[in-house]
Amino acid sequence: MNMRLTGLIRKEFLQIIRDPSSIAIAFLMPLILLLLFGYGVSLDSEHIPLGLVVEAPSADTSNFTAEFRESRYFETFAYANTRNAVRAMTAGKINAVIVLKQDFARQLRQPDGAPIQLILNGVDENTARIISGYVDGSFQNWLEHDAALRGIRSEIPVRIEQRIWFNSELRSRNFLVPGLIAVIMTLIGALLTALVMAREWERGTMEALLVTPVSMNEVILGKLIPYFLLGMGGLALSVAMALWLFEVPLRGSLWILLAASALFLITALGMGLLISSVAKNQFVAGQIAIIGTFLPAFILSGFIFDINSMPKIVQAITHVIAARYYVAILQTLFLAGDEWQVILPNAAALVLLAALFLGLTWRNTRKRLE
Amino acid sequence: MWKRILALTIKEFLSLLKDRKGRLVLVVPPLIQLLVFGYAATFELKQVPYAIYSEDRGNVSRDLLAAFRGSSSFNLVAQLQDESRIAPLIEDKQVLMVLRIGPNFSADLLSGKTTQVQIITDGRNSNTAMLVVNYAGSIVKDFSGAWAARRGSAMPAHIETRAWFNPNLESRWFFVPGIVGLLTLLVTMLVTALSVAREREQGTFDQLLVTPMSPVEILIGKALPGFLIGILEATLVTLAAVFWFKVPFLGSIATLYVGIFLFLLSAVGVGLMISSIAVTQQQGLLGAFFFMVPAIILSGFATPIRNMPAIVQDLTLINPMRYFLVVLRGVFLQGTPFRLLIPELWPLALIGIASLAIAGWLFRNRMY
Amino acid sequence: MQETLTPALEASSLSKTFLAGGRRTTALDDVSFGVRHGIVTGLIGPDAAGKSTLMRLAAGLLIPDSGSIRVAGLDATRQSLEVQSSIGYMPQRFGLYEDLSVQENLDLYSDLQGVPIEDRPARHEELLGMAGLDPFRKRLAGKLSGGMKQKLGLACALVRQPSLLLLDEPTVGVDPVSRRELWSIVYRLVKERGTSVLLSTAYLDEAENCDEVILLHEGRLLAKGTPESLRVPMNGRVFAVKSDSLSKRSLQATLSRAPGVIDALIHGDHVRVVMESQSPPASRPDMQISPLLPRFEDSFVTLLKGPASPVHAITQGKPVSAMTGTVIELENLQRRFGDFYAVKNVSFSVSQGEVFGLLGANGAGKSTTFRMLCGLLPPSGGKLRVAGVDLRHAASKARAKIGYMSQKFSLYGNLSALENLRFFGAAYGLSGKTGTERIQWAMAEFSLSEVKDTVSGDLSLGYKQRLALACALMHQPDILFLDEPTSGVDPLARREFWRRINELAVRGVTVMVTTHFMEEAEYCDRLAIMASGEILKIGTPAEIKAGAKSENPSMEDAFVELIQARESA
Repeated sequence: MNMRLTGLIRKEFLQIIRDPSSIAIAFLMPLILLLLFGYGVSLDSEHIPLGLVVEAPSADTSNFTAEFRESRYFETFAYANTRNAVRAMTAGKINAVIVLKQDFARQLRQPDGAPIQLILNGVDENTARIISGYVDGSFQNWLEHDAALRGIRSEIPVRIEQRIWFNSELRSRNFLVPGLIAVIMTLIGALLTALVMAREWERGTMEALLVTPVSMNEVILGKLIPYFLLGMGGLALSVAMALWLFEVPLRGSLWILLAASALFLITALGMGLLISSVAKNQFVAGQIAIIGTFLPAFILSGFIFDINSMPKIVQAITHVIAARYYVAILQTLFLAGDEWQVILPNAAALVLLAALFLGLTWRNTRKRLE
Repeated sequence: MWKRILALTIKEFLSLLKDRKGRLVLVVPPLIQLLVFGYAATFELKQVPYAIYSEDRGNVSRDLLAAFRGSSSFNLVAQLQDESRIAPLIEDKQVLMVLRIGPNFSADLLSGKTTQVQIITDGRNSNTAMLVVNYAGSIVKDFSGAWAARRGSAMPAHIETRAWFNPNLESRWFFVPGIVGLLTLLVTMLVTALSVAREREQGTFDQLLVTPMSPVEILIGKALPGFLIGILEATLVTLAAVFWFKVPFLGSIATLYVGIFLFLLSAVGVGLMISSIAVTQQQGLLGAFFFMVPAIILSGFATPIRNMPAIVQDLTLINPMRYFLVVLRGVFLQGTPFRLLIPELWPLALIGIASLAIAGWLFRNRMY
Repeated sequence: MQETLTPALEASSLSKTFLAGGRRTTALDDVSFGVRHGIVTGLIGPDAAGKSTLMRLAAGLLIPDSGSIRVAGLDATRQSLEVQSSIGYMPQRFGLYEDLSVQENLDLYSDLQGVPIEDRPARHEELLGMAGLDPFRKRLAGKLSGGMKQKLGLACALVRQPSLLLLDEPTVGVDPVSRRELWSIVYRLVKERGTSVLLSTAYLDEAENCDEVILLHEGRLLAKGTPESLRVPMNGRVFAVKSDSLSKRSLQATLSRAPGVIDALIHGDHVRVVMESQSPPASRPDMQISPLLPRFEDSFVTLLKGPASPVHAITQGKPVSAMTGTVIELENLQRRFGDFYAVKNVSFSVSQGEVFGLLGANGAGKSTTFRMLCGLLPPSGGKLRVAGVDLRHAASKARAKIGYMSQKFSLYGNLSALENLRFFGAAYGLSGKTGTERIQWAMAEFSLSEVKDTVSGDLSLGYKQRLALACALMHQPDILFLDEPTSGVDPLARREFWRRINELAVRGVTVMVTTHFMEEAEYCDRLAIMASGEILKIGTPAEIKAGAKSENPSMEDAFVELIQARESA
């Protein structure tokens, strides 16, 4: 490597070490995000508060409610009547109510069957849907227990056998933590790079740099290389925390993970440099980076929300979001393994985007002040 | 005193709105976030790609398959003839689910035996997987119930499910009221957290301090614009929620604004706290960012607080956003009366007063 | 040292315009000149004359609209990489990485300039020795004083002995001692290495140190030649005027309105007058007139200003300040930051109607003292009273008596001039009729009507300064605090500014001012010179100068002598 480039890289590292806001974005922010998402965000519902209203208690009703009292998914609360239970639900104390009417025992095993009322609080629709699933599960159990108790064959014509691959315990942490790596790499690659580049313009050091015999390629490489290494450091931190702190399995190979991350990081750096070639002050660069890269990496990458379920136009937009391809690779590598059918097309898309962003940066940067 | 505060407030507004960048920051990010969250943030599943592997030689399974085809939640991608194709399809993310029907499905059913179907899902995103199982499960159960009824062997009981407040379980109804809180927080923080730092950078803060204005007057003058812009932002997003996203608004407008007012006490208070500590705008921005990310993630905005570990749940008790979201969703979707929201409103007021008091104290002690 | 036919720098028909806010402004308009080898050439001109644009064009950072600029025969635009490896360039803000140490900054620029590793230790030793930074190799550049930063910036521009050195306003905001040191380094370079230097500056006394000067004004070349050749036409046109009956301020006011007078300036105990022709100003019996040697500044002002324009007196609403006696009083004032005493045991007092100057190098404690006086910083010890109270605990009524103008001309950059005035008026409780009247007064007095709707951030420096002063005067304060009120402003605007200050002083307003311009020290009634947080000397300009050992010393000589005496002690 030539002397000018090594000089620029050494300078960049010294600056990173000494600037608290660089450290904050590169290390503190990933740490906080990982801890928040690892511990704070969970879609795994257990001990859901469930209201039970039994208008006329009997042996049958207590057999039925036992299924719910014993389920690890529910924590049950008894209410005297539906009105009280619904009020508790409105106040947020319970999420759903099961009502066994006065004539439950009488209608049970009549041709029409006894109606069991399930009232869900639909405000948090995701939880509502999950509760509905759990209630169904407990109900099926009750049917079988009830049949067994009366010594007859189960009446259910079709039983469901469910098999969940890759994440059989359905721990949400197992997909949130790998997905978060994409967000963190975006933070370092795009946001931090755009900010430090803008800072050089703001502080007038870029002017001093440009009058030296340094070429623009060297200036760009002088930013790319240090932040690439920093980003890989962020990756190492995230992967280590994922594997050892949050115990997410890594079923694919670490080398492919590193290679794919390197590729994504170059894309993110390309975005950061492109932003800074347009925005020459930190405030604007920060805004563009957050809206153009950080937010999409969060929402539009398939990290939390399923892309197939988004409106068609939003789905179209996600195709230019680099994080989308990286999240797909990450979730596959961690939970499924080296699935080349997933890795190759997504990697190809990343290569394409990287070439696009770096190409635009290179075209946009001139060794001039205007 | 009030004249001076008014002058400062007017000045703050002018310098925010006359600056093209300032206007952009107030308008563009909230707009983009409103659209992104409103349209993209959804836990509902639509068009889940799935495949069928049926070994059944009879005709009964056709009815079940027809039920799946008729559902808008699922999108049939492939019909498999070979068991070995199941794994690659799921591994390569071509389908999220494979419905597998055994060879004796029709025969079992016709002979009155219990049979089973297998649902294989991709668990890489556990939430999606669980929902896929639930969706598919309810289709199978309906089929099962109908079959039982046809054979006259009735079930001893059945579940009648009703979802209150959001009968069709629309994700948007859940997220959009949350966005009112999110954007109100974001804009208020941006306006207040940077305001003193900006004056420090320009050197005008000293100029302000040598005028006869007292620190309290300056504090009020800095707080009012944040307050007013926050109320404006909340109003705009509420209007967008009701008229653009068609989210029902069942509660009283007065209750909503009591909630907004109390929440803004905290948002402005925290913003001014950051503002009085930050020396540069960059520090102010970072400070706001470091406050907002946990405040949003630990608020119940996207995932329930109840799912968090106990210690994190305790931590959320000091998060004003947590209470505000309950108020918002209550007022929008449940029509919750004021009386029932008091348990949320008083902590909000307490946090607001405490944060404003701390901001005031920092203001007095960090003036130079 | 080659003395070839190709000049070190040659501009021919150089033009450059910028597009800003939809308007096209001309920075350089058909400028042609050559810079000779082995001398110091000064690029002189007021604010926005096009100096920086010219420097950047020469460094290949900008592309000219038309014409060309060549450095040692190479086209700076097309062969910019070659040009950049043969020049040294120091931008206005020195181009240092503040979070890198002195040594690391030097290493970086050595890498960028391709200085061979084996040559570095000796070269760095030499540069740091020259800049006096050897003991501070490990210190972060951001923690250096302004003067040290400037010398480090120069050292970085010199890591590879350039044949042409471009310095863009290297002495802005730097104290006189540091300025002298910089000049001596530049001269050593020229003498020992034959380096050609092009240096832009707004300090006219520095122009006299140059071998040749190029005078730019509004993008046009006004004059070029040796300082001497520009000064010659002024011979016999400069006079010192003293009066027994009139105070020097009234005398200055009278003289500046007299026919044939181009410029009248207070200089210590006399008024310095520049005339249109070689005849002295119309004399009155109580005046003593004696001829003076012209300075470069005289020719500059004459070239720019032309014949005198009528000047009207300032019309403060209140005739004479209500306060009398001692207005500002300091007794053993101290301020500590950790273990470091920024100000220690400072005592002095200022009486009503006095113009009191506070002089000192960067970091001498001027600003800290100033901030304590204005109530922006609590003292760690000692007593302090302004208008009879400590402003830090003062009721708003006491603060309404002072006006404050900081060196950054602290205005709200995105508000218009009128909105700034309105805001500061209201902040001081002016409203209704009084408020409107004061705004009208400020508009008229400071000729701000034409820019009243212009966003103040877009105003030229001179206008900004006027607007800042207008804002500080809205409430007719009895005491005016001015913190480096003229830094970066060109001589004409400075004169204008001081004329107003003098008018205010005549009317009884007490003025407390800090400055880097030794010239301006002459305008003060009394001065305090500070170093390392202590007062070295207090007295009238004449008393301060009388203490200096050199013969017929200038204020700067006296100042530098005092500082050096202290440092060697």
